[in-house]
Amino acid sequence: MTSTAADAAGGYEYRRAYRPADSRMIGGVAEGLAAHFGVNVFWVRLAFVVATWFNGVGILAYGLLWWLLPIDPDTEDPDTPAGIRAATRRGLRTPSGRGPQALSDPVQTIALLALGLGVLLLTQAVGWGLGTSALIPVLVAVVGVALVWRQVDQTRWNRWVTQPTGWAAVARLSLGLALVSAAVIFAVGQRSGMDALLDVSAVLLIAVIGIALLVGPWIYRLTRELGAERTERARTQERADVAAHLHDSVLQTLAILQKNSDNPRMVATLARRQERELREWLYGSRRPPETTLRGALDAAASQVEDDHGVPVEVVGVGDLALNPHGEALVRAAGEAIVNAAKHSGAEAIDVYAEVGGDDVAVFVRDRGAGFDPDGVGTSEAGTKMGIRESIVARMERHGGTAEIRSAPGDGTEVRLSMPRHRLDEGEES
Amino acid sequence: MTTPARPRQPELRVVLVDDHALFRTGVRAEIDGSVDVVGEAEDVDSAVASIVEHRPDVVLLDVHLPGGGGTQVIAKVHRTLPEMRFLALSVSDAAEDVIGVIRAGARGYVTKSIAGKELVEAIGRVADGDAVFSPRLAGFVLDAFAGTIEVAQVDEDLDRLTEREREVMRLIARGYAYKEVAKELFISIKTVETHVSSVLRKLQLSSRHELTRWASDRRLI
Repeated sequence: MTSTAADAAGGYEYRRAYRPADSRMIGGVAEGLAAHFGVNVFWVRLAFVVATWFNGVGILAYGLLWWLLPIDPDTEDPDTPAGIRAATRRGLRTPSGRGPQALSDPVQTIALLALGLGVLLLTQAVGWGLGTSALIPVLVAVVGVALVWRQVDQTRWNRWVTQPTGWAAVARLSLGLALVSAAVIFAVGQRSGMDALLDVSAVLLIAVIGIALLVGPWIYRLTRELGAERTERARTQERADVAAHLHDSVLQTLAILQKNSDNPRMVATLARRQERELREWLYGSRRPPETTLRGALDAAASQVEDDHGVPVEVVGVGDLALNPHGEALVRAAGEAIVNAAKHSGAEAIDVYAEVGGDDVAVFVRDRGAGFDPDGVGTSEAGTKMGIRESIVARMERHGGTAEIRSAPGDGTEVRLSMPRHRLDEGEES
Repeated sequence: MTTPARPRQPELRVVLVDDHALFRTGVRAEIDGSVDVVGEAEDVDSAVASIVEHRPDVVLLDVHLPGGGGTQVIAKVHRTLPEMRFLALSVSDAAEDVIGVIRAGARGYVTKSIAGKELVEAIGRVADGDAVFSPRLAGFVLDAFAGTIEVAQVDEDLDRLTEREREVMRLIARGYAYKEVAKELFISIKTVETHVSSVLRKLQLSSRHELTRWASDRRLI
């Protein structure tokens, strides 16, 4: 509700109302206003419907606001990865859905419209409103105007211009014009008798053709320019996205690499981290969230890569959401990965997670030095203590098992397993 | 820890296909000496021309290429040289890419982060007619043949992995080398190779419908 950015800057900036670019029923006016005033969109819609009863003020206001309110420039979610955003702007992927309320929205609006229509008809019956002879033409005209208006909505223009199936847009526009014309003809016909109809139709037709000839090229040019401008802006934004990212990440990393070219371990670590970041930036949406087994293991692996400079490859089959038992499993796996990175001296670590029907297993394998798991009193006693506490005991506390297989010179494999039902617990509640 | 490269009488001849010259230079530097890189190519057309001209033992093939990608190269070459062996080598680890190039006819798939020694070993395997599965590819295979493909209507034998094949895949996904798989399962390396080859065959021949569904399901995750 308060304007944070403006306050921080010291001055007061008018908070503008916007129409959302997506998630809207007709023009997004109600939703824009609702967001602006911080009220539920239902009340705004109701207010429009009620206002319509008073000589159509609601429709008039809606139309005016539709025309006046600009499209929200920041409808895009800033959390979306830049590569995905750029791809969306270029039309390489479809924007994500409207969200959970998408279904109830149309229903609500249709109900409201029906209610409004009912009240309108009621006022007609009582005799307060327009004459019956004018009502139907007015309704038809409203539908026609809405159709035409929808075509001219600026957010549609881009698609209108770029869409190869331009005939659909033309057909809708013609239909809208035809409806408006029909309404006028109907109204005139009812007032002045059917004889005048032919004359009026002819006049209307000539007028429409005349207007089309006059305004048509102008509208066409305008849409073309607008489309070109939008395309150009999208391209500029995309370039800015890429430039910003390359500067922040790749260029910086390359600079550090040049300075440290004599430190192979650091070079490898940096390159690996950069690769991961670039992948995430480009295709971030595909990464499972950290609340799932795979996502959490990925995160743990990334952490080890950063801290210890050892590449960790995570391969998974199936996935599930994490409950506290699952989190314990991930923590035990994380501990095993850290141990492998710290003590084995292996060049790489393989992590494999499999969600089976009966149990969920995670394997952490390295081909490093290995150790004798039965050996006592060695220098690795401390490590073994850590293994026992943070891996074996943790798994057992949560109803799972941990097995460590290792032999000197043969690498180490930690096998963690937990019954499936423990990981599904609490999912329903 | 990995098996030392098997002794080869004549050096293996390899054609390297990748649209990034820098990467080609890197790979060449890593494997030259162990194998003979007889040709390089940077797009679909030059790749087909080079392969047909040099008739290498193995083609190292990038998945993303100007002109249609690695699958196009395999399709075009296999029209005239059906026996040509391809090993996919890609920076992409997306399931669509991996499965796509395998189903087109590649005999293996390794990611570009693979070490030079392991790459040479993989080339040797493919040249011998065996399949090469990276841990990631093995994971995809297990994923593909589990769950959604469990109910195979078309060809039961083809759309399922045997328990043994599944075990082999699982061990490869866990990062085991063939030798270690053999030791773990008390079978010979030759048997491991047989299992892996048969999994590859199933992967390439399984009903297209089921695998496509798997891929599209997966994208939703």
